[in-house]
Amino acid sequence: MKVLLSWLQEFAPDIAGDPVELGETLSGLGLAVEEMTITGQGLDGIVLAKVLDLSPHPDADKIQLVQVDAGSGEALQVCCGAFNMSVGDLIPFATIGTVMPNGMEIAQRKMRGEMSNGMCCSASEIGLGQDHDGIMLLTGQTDSQPGAPIIEALGITEDVLWDLEVNANRPDAMSVSGVARDLAAKLGVPFTFPEFSYTSSGLAVTDEATIEIVDPTLCGRFLARTIHDVEIGTSPRWIQQRLIALGMRPINSVVDISNYVMLELGQPNHTYDLGSVPGGHIRVRRASEGENITTLDGVERTLLPGDGVIANRDDLTIGLAGVMGGLDSEISDTTTSVLLELAWWDPPSISRTIKRLNLPSEAGTRYRRGADWGDNMPRALDRFCQLISESGAAVAGGTIDASGTTPDRTPLPVRIAKVNGVLGTDLDAQTMSDHLRSIGFKVEAASGAENLTVTIPTWRWDTETETDIAEEVGRMFGFDNIERTVPRSEIIGHLTDYQKARRSVRAALVGAGCDEIQPMPFLGPGDLANAGMPEDGVTLTNPLVQEESILRTSLLPGHLKAIAYNQSHRSGPVRFFEIGHIFMAPTDNPLLPDEREYLAVSASDSEAPVAVQLLGLLDGTLALPNVQLRPSVPNGMHPTRSADVVIAGKIRGYVGEVDPDVCKAFNIDGRVAWLELDLEAVLNGPHGNRKYSPVSKYPSSDIDLAFEVPDSITAANIAGAMRKGGGKQLASVELFDTYRGSGVADGARSLAFRLRFQATDRTMTDDEIGELRAGCITAAQKQKGVKLR
Amino acid sequence: MSSYEQLATNAVAQIEGAVDLDTLEALRPALLGKKAPVSLAKKDLGSLEPDQRKDAGQAINAARQTIESAFTTRHAELASAARAVALEAERLDLTEFQADPDAGHLHLITQSRDRLEDVFIGMGYTVAEGPEVETAWYNFEALNIPEWHPARGSFDTIFVNLGEPEEVMLRSHTSPVQIRTMETQEPPIYIIAPGRTFRTDTADATHLPAFNQIEGLVIDKGITMGDLAGTIDEFVRTFFGAEVKTRLRPSYFPFTEPSAEFDISLPDGSWLELGGCGMVHPNVLRNCGIDPEIWQGFAFGFGIDRLAVMRYRLDDIRELVNNDVRFLRQF
Repeated sequence: MKVLLSWLQEFAPDIAGDPVELGETLSGLGLAVEEMTITGQGLDGIVLAKVLDLSPHPDADKIQLVQVDAGSGEALQVCCGAFNMSVGDLIPFATIGTVMPNGMEIAQRKMRGEMSNGMCCSASEIGLGQDHDGIMLLTGQTDSQPGAPIIEALGITEDVLWDLEVNANRPDAMSVSGVARDLAAKLGVPFTFPEFSYTSSGLAVTDEATIEIVDPTLCGRFLARTIHDVEIGTSPRWIQQRLIALGMRPINSVVDISNYVMLELGQPNHTYDLGSVPGGHIRVRRASEGENITTLDGVERTLLPGDGVIANRDDLTIGLAGVMGGLDSEISDTTTSVLLELAWWDPPSISRTIKRLNLPSEAGTRYRRGADWGDNMPRALDRFCQLISESGAAVAGGTIDASGTTPDRTPLPVRIAKVNGVLGTDLDAQTMSDHLRSIGFKVEAASGAENLTVTIPTWRWDTETETDIAEEVGRMFGFDNIERTVPRSEIIGHLTDYQKARRSVRAALVGAGCDEIQPMPFLGPGDLANAGMPEDGVTLTNPLVQEESILRTSLLPGHLKAIAYNQSHRSGPVRFFEIGHIFMAPTDNPLLPDEREYLAVSASDSEAPVAVQLLGLLDGTLALPNVQLRPSVPNGMHPTRSADVVIAGKIRGYVGEVDPDVCKAFNIDGRVAWLELDLEAVLNGPHGNRKYSPVSKYPSSDIDLAFEVPDSITAANIAGAMRKGGGKQLASVELFDTYRGSGVADGARSLAFRLRFQATDRTMTDDEIGELRAGCITAAQKQKGVKLR
Repeated sequence: MSSYEQLATNAVAQIEGAVDLDTLEALRPALLGKKAPVSLAKKDLGSLEPDQRKDAGQAINAARQTIESAFTTRHAELASAARAVALEAERLDLTEFQADPDAGHLHLITQSRDRLEDVFIGMGYTVAEGPEVETAWYNFEALNIPEWHPARGSFDTIFVNLGEPEEVMLRSHTSPVQIRTMETQEPPIYIIAPGRTFRTDTADATHLPAFNQIEGLVIDKGITMGDLAGTIDEFVRTFFGAEVKTRLRPSYFPFTEPSAEFDISLPDGSWLELGGCGMVHPNVLRNCGIDPEIWQGFAFGFGIDRLAVMRYRLDDIRELVNNDVRFLRQF
């Protein structure tokens, strides 16, 4: 919502002061200033000029030669890039030496060989509007002669324009007068509405119109008047200028007054061509299923039973209540009699229709936030009639005032202690009452009573409860005047075990040279298929782009994209890790995806062992119980270089290498080692359970054993067998060499282990160790095809 | 000079003439061994007259000590020289190894989030988390944003094709975690909820459709707006520095009443809007089964990405999701 200082002053003449400070005061009221502009400045040197002649530039297509009279009575040549002028037009003209509002100085110069002695200005170039496509045409808008300063010619005075951010709970501040009320209250200066008066003609509105509210829950109040001898033309320039300043485009004398009243008083209103409303009879009701209306934008719309409509005597819809008028009842250039509507609509009803039909409008924005249903309605009607009668129209006498259901405004008991308790203040009844009364709340405060009795004004639809009242008191008292305190929690601040473990996983992976990445969780069609996975990701209803229309079911595609991206920038090799959510089809809760926190580690130009080692690192970091690798072929993985990660008997992820075809599909050169774990399950499962075993004081003995092992049997299998065979004196088993080639059978490899024997209570004898060695060999060779070498 | 002194002088000359440890050690048997002149002279003592034996014995011992001392000194000299040569041969240019550190890097968002978490943990908060896909109940309705409410539109929600239209969505703020926490925990509650949030913002230099927020929620007896302002102030001074000031401006969020935006002061005296806050709306408490006559609370929230962008003066927020190692390895 934009407001002009001069307009605010029509309601509170004492609002004055430094514009920046006034802006701070507005922000402090919750009307944040998004932009402040001083208007009517920097127009020195810009004069009214008359176009005398137009001719093509002999040497350029995109500019023309314009001869203007800028006051001297003689033709002055300028080169101009706009072509919207005609001979005889009055335009704003920047003379030589003028410094434009943007800082540019106008000098005499040659353009392609032709002299240019100034500049014809567009509205935006001189800050008088948004139009920058053509030269501003002022014909008919001034009685001044060429050469007159533009400020005089247009009656421009210096003013301050604030663009305010008005929150949804402030319907009152969607108007100049409402902002003036708030600001005047904060500044402690008087606020009053001027008298808006007009003289009515001999006719009576009740003879010409009937308003029938069929659904009182839709329409709380409907005021109507009829106006005759209306002439559709251009509105007075002061109205146009204010509309332009507040960001609206002047249309015609009737629409402009309608908009002016809405901006000034916050009351949207609508005019019907009285001739197109048979008998002036209007019925306000909900639409019936399948009902249609062609709105004034020419679009035929299908309605639902919740929508509010205006129907005529024959029950045909002629308008979409509070949202948009109907095409058939719209005023036209030939309209002379109008029916003026000023209504209050149920905000949720209007809001639903606006949202469903996607028809936001200035009027709709005000209705859905809750317009004023009180005295401001007849006031706005008066203002409209005053402005239109000034242009010669004849307003019929009287007002139709039909009532529906309006919000309950029974005086509300408000506990003084509760208001202070919410705010953290110690205000007395008098101070609270003063603050509330300053913005139009009615307050009764019996002396010594614990409660105030507060009547909430009709311009604050959103304000309903004691807490809402507390907010108003706080707003007028000033949030920054509240004493600041810090509550001390009885809770000891801490991270959960899960959160701590997650941090240690991150630290371990960073230590292992992995960079953490955070791709967005969106995938495009084909991403999952390219990664060798089923395309069963949950899809988005309104994705921004197709490449971001599916929720990831695995972290793999994101990593492969990141690796490819870095390869394409000749960075790498890379090691990445990520902890992020993945989303699978709903399971227990049919509404929500099966969402889990996953961990992934990827290494480009790396083979499967790198991923297995990183898994080992995590095993060590988290002290995972019994981590086993069970050969498998997970989706997207290298068929002979991958395994399920089994922790405490449950599959928690997979490790190995990405399928070469998948790498190719993502344009990755080389191999990618990959580890993905259901981190949530891992960290919620057993981990971190470390047990002390005494460090032996006695010597240890190492024995190396090499076996020929068929490829079908894993190294872990042999090591496990030997651990069993070696018993508790077998302190460690380490695989230190793998060999394939001559001397080893096809389909098998040699695995060499170093076994360390050590007892905690004695030095072991050679005989003892020999026995255990034999036990280990026997255990290993129990596996079919395993032979000691 | 006695013959014994002469003997020592000759030996010392040989010792000092030794050029390396091997040569020196090779002299040891000849100068101090059983067949060395000093050893033989000692053996010959018996052949001397008894009255000469004492003086001769002392002279022989003195000579031997002189030789041994010279040996020790020369050994130390030669060992030191040998060590110097050996170490010189091992000289390394350590700057060759400065480049290319092996350690990885935590993502900037994680670093920022951890710092935020640590400040609030110090203030007595715990860290709550929730799902990124939510139902309308958690994202809107429980937060006092009914289906028709104009504020719903301002969340620019990304909806998910589950349930009825607009029933399931990527959470547009971290506030659903407030609801989930209040539904499952008895007050007092002091939590922060960091996490990813989503809006239909086309990615550009200052927007991402997926970004990160952190939210704070306190529910306790007698919590006031003054507590909210004081808490924000304390957090800001801890996180940004003691000189940074805060202010609250009235605003509107359906889930808080009163509501405010909070600003922090910049060195040039201007203010920067950091986030939104307010007293938890009684309807929100009721929706979670908490009696607003007994318990009161406040909530606040702000963007983590924006903090990172501010702190490191990033000129393009998309770097946070581009996963370019040339960016990641800077932090």
